[in-house]
Amino acid sequence: MHIPDGYLGPATYVTMYAVTIPFWAIAARKLNKTLQSKQAPFLALGAAFSFVIMMFNIPIVGGTTGHATGATLVAILLGPWAALISVSVALVIQALLFGDGGVTAIGANCFNMAVVGVFAGYGVYRLISANSGQKDKRRLFAAAVAGYVSLNTSALVAAIEFGIQPVLEKSATGQPLYSPFPLSIAIPAMAAEHLLLFGLVEALVTALVIKYIQKNNPEMLR
Amino acid sequence: MNLRGEYRKMTTTKRLWIGIGVLALLSPLGIIIPKWFGAEGAWGEWGISEIEKVAGFIPEGLKRIAGIWKAPLPDYGLPAGSKGLAIESIVYMLSAVIGIALVAGIMYIITKLLARKNGAK
Repeated sequence: MHIPDGYLGPATYVTMYAVTIPFWAIAARKLNKTLQSKQAPFLALGAAFSFVIMMFNIPIVGGTTGHATGATLVAILLGPWAALISVSVALVIQALLFGDGGVTAIGANCFNMAVVGVFAGYGVYRLISANSGQKDKRRLFAAAVAGYVSLNTSALVAAIEFGIQPVLEKSATGQPLYSPFPLSIAIPAMAAEHLLLFGLVEALVTALVIKYIQKNNPEMLR
Repeated sequence: MNLRGEYRKMTTTKRLWIGIGVLALLSPLGIIIPKWFGAEGAWGEWGISEIEKVAGFIPEGLKRIAGIWKAPLPDYGLPAGSKGLAIESIVYMLSAVIGIALVAGIMYIITKLLARKNGAK
């Protein structure tokens, strides 16, 4: 889901930076008011987890690969604003150092996974787990559904960004200048693989870690 | 928070860090398993040579922007390209360790900076 350089035209990638930067600013302001210095190790842990879980590419036989992002798990444990920054830091390092995701596409990739992914996951988790005790099984169900919805929402937004390119940016002869596939191809392709496999992996990873936390440190679950 | 709570919290952080370490060690599975199953890269993340196969042509703008950034460890590997799966796996694992250290370090510093006014020594 890491959009590389060249797949989004300038109109899109500049817009996506413009959309994402305010989220970073709001997150920084929120955290500036609430964050405690002693929480630093937890946020570092969350960012590191998101970074490394994205390295686990899961194959579809003879097809493509995909991965979980950890966005929902980090959001459940650290809150959405800290998660937004944590996942963004992971994505920026992935782009700059490892070429995983384009440098021009950092705004878009952070929007898809760190903004949309985090808030979709956090929202669904809060909704389903509302008024449940820290050890309630419902929290596991909430975490799994939240992870599934989060990754699929991120994938859908990425697919839309891919899919609008042939409409937005064409050469004089009408040939697409950037990502060449229309929405009618991008959305089904991205949706199918995330609905059928990668989303389930995100659900499983999220629920397993929450189960572990529930057993050992339920007070970490707010 | 009482002492026992502090202590338990500390060990969980430690245990979670061990979990991250285990993930780093296992990270080469992220390239080995896709190879076993004959899976290529992710949808929409094809390189210049692959996009020609998939789309039938290389979009002009894509060609222009695709090489705009030269990452030092492209795809968590060496820039020189494949040296066999064993070496690739080791480099992939080292990339995981480097990435984890950097990401955690940067996030730690960001948190300290953001929290600097908020007491609680």
